[in-house]
Amino acid sequence: MNPETFSGDAVIDAVSAVFMVVGALMSLAAAVGLLRFPDLMTRMHAATKPQVLGLFLLLFALGLQMRTWWVWPVLVVAWIFQLLTVPVSAHMVGRAGYRTKHLHPELLSTDELEAVVQQAAGKRGFTDDDGDEAAAGR
Amino acid sequence: MMQLVLTVTAVVLSLAAGGAIIRIARGPSLLDRVLAADVLLAIVGAALCIDMAANRHLNNLMLLVAVSLIGFVGSVTVARFVADRREKTRES
Repeated sequence: MNPETFSGDAVIDAVSAVFMVVGALMSLAAAVGLLRFPDLMTRMHAATKPQVLGLFLLLFALGLQMRTWWVWPVLVVAWIFQLLTVPVSAHMVGRAGYRTKHLHPELLSTDELEAVVQQAAGKRGFTDDDGDEAAAGR
Repeated sequence: MMQLVLTVTAVVLSLAAGGAIIRIARGPSLLDRVLAADVLLAIVGAALCIDMAANRHLNNLMLLVAVSLIGFVGSVTVARFVADRREKTRES
C-alpha cells in the first residue's frame, strides 16, 4: 500500500473498487446459477442478482468515482428504471413458464397457483393439467 | 489499483458471459434462452458501468438505460408469444 492510504481520495477509491469487484461477482454468480440450477424458476432466482444488486453496486461505484453531486440523481433514475422493468419482465417470463409447464412439480415446496388453476379448469369443463388428452377425454 | 480492479472484473465478467452463452446454446426451452440473454444484457450493462467508473466519464449512461430497456421489451415480447402459441395449439 502507498503511504497515503488513509486520505479521503484513497478511501473512496478503495470503496468503489470493492463495489466494482463485488458487482462483477454478482454477474458470475448469476452465470453459475444459470448453469447449475435445474429449473426455469430457480434460474430466474439466480438471474435477478446482476440486474438489481449488481447494477446498484456498480452505479454506486460510478457515483463514487465521479466525485460530483449532480450525477447521483441520474444514477438513481437509471436504477429505479431497472427496478420498474425487471419485475414486469420476470413476471411475464414466470407466468409463461408456469403455463407451458417448464417446472418440476416434485421440486416445489408449495404451489399456490395449483388450486386456482384446478378450480378454473373445473369451471370451464376440462382440466388444464394434461393438455389436449384430458380436454378431448371429457 | 484501478488496473488490478479492471483486470479482475474483466476476467470475472468474461467467465460470466461465457456461462450465459453456454446456457443460451444449451437451454432446453425457449424461456431458458430468453433468461440467459437477459443475464447477458445485464453483464454488458455491468461492463459499461465498470468502463465508466474506471475512466471517469458518463458517455455510456444512456446506452446503459437503452440496454435495460431492450432487455425488458425483448423478454416481455418473447414471453407473450410463448404463451400465445401454446394456447393456440391447445385449442386447435
